[in-house]
Amino acid sequence: MAAATTLAWTGAARADAATRFEAQAATREAPWVKWLILGISLAFFAVFLLLPLVAVFVEALRKGWETYWSALAHDDALSAIGLTLTAAAIAVPLNLVFGVAAAWAIAKFEFRGKHFLITLIDLPFSVSPVIAGLIYVLIFGAQGWLGPWLAEHDIRIIFAVPGIVLATVFVTFPFVARELIPLMQAQGREEEEAALVLGASGWQTFRHVTLPNIKWGLLYGVILCNARAMGEFGAVSVVSGHIRGQTNTLPLHVEILYNEYQFAAAFAVASLLALLALVTLTVKTWVEHRAGSGTPSSKAQQDAAS
Amino acid sequence: MSIQVRNIRKAFGDFVALDDVSLDFPTGELVALLGPSGCGKTTLLRIIAGLEQADAGQVLLDGEDASGTHVRERQVGFVFQHYALFRHMSVFDNVAFGMRMKPRGERPSERQIRDKVHELLALVQLDWLADRFPTQLSGGQRQRIALARALAVEPRVLLLDEPFGALDAKVRKELRRWLRKLHDELHITSIFVTHDQEEALEVADRVVLMDHGHVEQTGTPEEVYRHPATPFVYGFLGAVNFFHGRVDGSALRVGDDVLPHASQEFDAGAEVIAFARPHELDLVPDEQGDAGEIGVGARIARILAFGVTARIELDGLNGLGGKSSGQHFEVELTQQRVAELNLAEGQRVRLLPSRLKVFERNGTTGASA
Repeated sequence: MAAATTLAWTGAARADAATRFEAQAATREAPWVKWLILGISLAFFAVFLLLPLVAVFVEALRKGWETYWSALAHDDALSAIGLTLTAAAIAVPLNLVFGVAAAWAIAKFEFRGKHFLITLIDLPFSVSPVIAGLIYVLIFGAQGWLGPWLAEHDIRIIFAVPGIVLATVFVTFPFVARELIPLMQAQGREEEEAALVLGASGWQTFRHVTLPNIKWGLLYGVILCNARAMGEFGAVSVVSGHIRGQTNTLPLHVEILYNEYQFAAAFAVASLLALLALVTLTVKTWVEHRAGSGTPSSKAQQDAAS
Repeated sequence: MSIQVRNIRKAFGDFVALDDVSLDFPTGELVALLGPSGCGKTTLLRIIAGLEQADAGQVLLDGEDASGTHVRERQVGFVFQHYALFRHMSVFDNVAFGMRMKPRGERPSERQIRDKVHELLALVQLDWLADRFPTQLSGGQRQRIALARALAVEPRVLLLDEPFGALDAKVRKELRRWLRKLHDELHITSIFVTHDQEEALEVADRVVLMDHGHVEQTGTPEEVYRHPATPFVYGFLGAVNFFHGRVDGSALRVGDDVLPHASQEFDAGAEVIAFARPHELDLVPDEQGDAGEIGVGARIARILAFGVTARIELDGLNGLGGKSSGQHFEVELTQQRVAELNLAEGQRVRLLPSRLKVFERNGTTGASA
């Protein structure tokens, strides 16, 4: 019963509570308080969030659709898009696997150094992306630890695609794990134990019990991870070398165009990233909605309520 | 299938959960592991299931050492306190899970699985809930589904970890009776863990009492209730009153008071602790508070006269010089006896036991008055 009540406590129920709170004279704030708070948040929202977003699209289309399309269809732009997609396509699955493994280890087992691991997972969040890039330059660069050996074997990492992928993996490291750890900790081990006792193998348990329980959290983490992977600037900038058509990602390409005073083209490419952000937000909201109301019980309760 | 555990030890850090525990669970019996929380009963159950590894000792399933056998090969059915139903699966899929996870060669056809699931759901009387999800069920229903799921893989042993612990009192009582009935039909070797002595005595064929990682006593409910082997068992199996005293001939000296005690088990002067259940005590009026008379002095604090019998709560006056001792007693009398004695709150009385269970005093009483 308690579980059902908690699950029903989704967006709809919360909005309902707010309405009720508002409707009762005893719990209602004075109108000016309400309008002041609403006004402040809306003004902030307009100036800091909405205005820049609109500006991107306005600037991108200032010289007309033709310039817009030609900026996007330019060889360098296409290659930047390709590289960005490649980096994300490698970094996201890697961090997906790592994130699930780390969250599994932390949530389901007791071991020495667990707290250290949790702290370490957060490192990419707490360190400046520039430093993240420099770390790889120090390790793999020409003057770095492994530089001479790599040069001998003719392997290029810094100022090449592998470096960009490494930097992207580093900065997007925590997204999936951070999303899953609290979720898996809250769910405990009992269902997995039940599956084992019923004769399921480790893989079957993961596939049929663990994964379905975390799928929405996992998807949420992947979406955020992907958005960051495609939008990362600092770390990638340090290791990329900015070679046009070869080691430029979308954010780097925007910067180059802007520095060359090709504002319309810069904003055209930037609008792609902005679109990506909007799509991410839409998918994220949908996932949150599904995760919150996806269980049959709360659906039934909402049906009953309406 | 029979289960034996031999010299099991298990510690979590400094905390010793099980200290050299050896037990036999014969085939077809329903055994209760009973004890307060932290006594190691759940740990023992999980070690038998294979969910926990013992530090030392052996678990023998059907006479064979199971230490190297993986959980999934032990063929045990396990029922969790909080049900552990798969929350994203329907009731049907939950019950079918064990059968569907079998290797391809042994796996029954979908048709056989369907028939078996419906048969099991009928057994737990919840066939009409097959399409529901766990969150749509009440606690009692969930636990019955969990039991059906455990039975689906035709386990050789059924292990239940506080199966009714999370349910409210009424549902608990119902499920207890139902579990007993089910066991009488299936005759599968079952062990269930509980901290509720009433539950253990009512349901089980045999009761194992545990405390602090030790087995205190094993026996039928009748045996352990009638003949508790240790003060802990006596105290755990029901409400008790206790008297600290010294053996003096055919009497027991409790402070300045005297209780009759005919047994010759103890030497004169031995420090003992004597127990009596509430219904084993009688009251006699004692207006003057005469010292030296038979019985322990007390003052009536409350009379709870509802129900078939009346419960009387008393404050002990068995301190030195007939002063309050700070000890409390509980006596159960028939309504008729209460009327006969014309008892009133605040009245001075003497407690007279009709039966006393006396243990040598060794510091571990575990009893409550």
